[in-house]
Amino acid sequence: MDALKSFIDLFADPRLFFLTTVVALVLIVWKRETFASDRWGWGLMGFLVVFFGFGLFDENFKLIIGKPDNVPIVALIFLLLFFTWFSMREAVRNDRRLSAGEPPIEKDEEDRVWTWPDLVYTELIAMVLCTVILIVWSIGLEAPLEQPANNANTPNPSKAPWYFLGLQEMLVYFDPWLAGVVLPSLIIVGLMAIPYIDNNPKGNGYYTFNERRAEVTIFLFGFVVLWSSLIILGTFLRGPNWNFFGPFEYWDIHKLEALTNVQLSEYIWVRWLGMALPGNWLVREIFGIILTIVYIGVLPVALAKKGLTGYYEKLGPTRYYVTVLLFLSMMSLPVKMLTRWLFNLKYVVSIPEFFFNI
Amino acid sequence: MADTKTIEPKSPALVRAWDWITETQIWTSIFRHSAPINDRNRVLVMLSNVFLHMHPVRLRKSGVRLRYTWCMGGMSFFLFLVLTFTGLLLMFYYRPTLEYAYSDIVGLREHVPLGIMREMHRWGAHAMVITVWLHMFRVFMTGSYKPPREFNWNVGVIMLVLTLLLSFTGYLLPWDQLAIWAITVGSNMARATPFLGHEGPGASLMALGDVQLVHAADDARFALLGGTFVGEGALLRFYVLHCVALPLVIGFLMAVHFWRVRKDGGISGPL
Repeated sequence: MDALKSFIDLFADPRLFFLTTVVALVLIVWKRETFASDRWGWGLMGFLVVFFGFGLFDENFKLIIGKPDNVPIVALIFLLLFFTWFSMREAVRNDRRLSAGEPPIEKDEEDRVWTWPDLVYTELIAMVLCTVILIVWSIGLEAPLEQPANNANTPNPSKAPWYFLGLQEMLVYFDPWLAGVVLPSLIIVGLMAIPYIDNNPKGNGYYTFNERRAEVTIFLFGFVVLWSSLIILGTFLRGPNWNFFGPFEYWDIHKLEALTNVQLSEYIWVRWLGMALPGNWLVREIFGIILTIVYIGVLPVALAKKGLTGYYEKLGPTRYYVTVLLFLSMMSLPVKMLTRWLFNLKYVVSIPEFFFNI
Repeated sequence: MADTKTIEPKSPALVRAWDWITETQIWTSIFRHSAPINDRNRVLVMLSNVFLHMHPVRLRKSGVRLRYTWCMGGMSFFLFLVLTFTGLLLMFYYRPTLEYAYSDIVGLREHVPLGIMREMHRWGAHAMVITVWLHMFRVFMTGSYKPPREFNWNVGVIMLVLTLLLSFTGYLLPWDQLAIWAITVGSNMARATPFLGHEGPGASLMALGDVQLVHAADDARFALLGGTFVGEGALLRFYVLHCVALPLVIGFLMAVHFWRVRKDGGISGPL
């Protein structure tokens, strides 16, 4: 039993956690025909129930799962997995019909029904169920109230509200101006841009995957892997000093993790060229600046010429560049994660003189 | 032959009472038509009732299918109504000052028998964040943001952000350790706003001669908190935003959102 727990704890390393979610997404998308079966969906739910049931016998697990404000995130895990499976299942069902030359299921349901009684009664039942769940939840679980606010007593760890924990997790890899301001703004802008950059006329008003492969995959990556799984990670697996703890691990405040993060400028000037860091920040950071310009300036143009030519032609220059820039900003997080894990890279560009670190 | 005497069967008392009530002038003044059990009245009920008129008279079959809609949009709206109601009740007891905020919450917990309004408000808020996300997820997976619904997707994105801000501003109000440190962590980001936060890139460029225009006591974070730390100013600001400003804006946008669902062709479906 303990061996199993330590094995799961071992598995719950930020690198493994993230890679697992990415691999899971790849498998879901690639093997969707298998994943869409009922056996998989209910099996997954059953696995979660067993996992949480098993975990509740463990003190440390219960402590973190049972925190009142964490209960919604447990619900989120179930709901997210269920609806990811469900939407893929419906997409696969429709894709089968489409490839057989039949219209999607929704087309068969095009005939109209009366709002009264069909819709209003559904709504009534939904409202009653919603109210019942909320009342039972409220009676069963008291809202948290800690000690009175004290500016002099900082809790460790200090966490943002759970829905912002994905952003707080980004702080490990990015400075606040990017993780807290620029990237969140880009998430909003990116979401709003979706209907204007996606000019694929297919897949409007019905579940499908084959007609919208790239769109659905990118969205699932952004919403499920980056946004939601980082929230789950930040809630359950980040403990004191923002160190990583397995779900069965005791939150030891004295846990030490070696942090020897190195700037790109140090790598190049000190380690490779064997020189002292230049005094002038522009000279010192020139490689990082060039790299950044290549990433957001040259790469989109190069991809338009080779690699994504099809998209460039389909979307036209404006849509193409907006899409690729937004996509590259999204991918900057996994890129930064990988460079951190592989090379202990702290900042690509580091100009503390005016708070400009990338 | 004597005439056969026919006796009309008497309807049960409840039915007669119901018939009598629905024939009174009071009843007929409220409901202009009889029960929606035939097509004519099913149209009339939708057209004459202010609460129902945001629905069409008839809709696509998939629009009432849980399989298609997951009911997440409707659930978000219902949770918003629950939150408005429970929030209103909480406002009777809660004073947003350093002196009273925490003790009022303690009072709500300790002195109200069977009181679950704070619980319903808190769990309802968490649930609404989740339902709004799942609503967005569903709309994306069915491609329902595609023309002609591009604008409504945008309204939805703004409401998603407002939902998070509503939850965030409400998080501070209990004024316990959980509250101020969550808001401290969250609002610390604002000091790194490019140009407008005093620790943001480019802030040092915002200067007239040697006078710094952006510093700790006038930057983006200060505007959010009404101070240089999470204190009295922040509590009042968050209270007003949470109870008045943000609900007004999101309520206005909801009206636009529902209106546009209708005007953009009703619930989405294959073209």
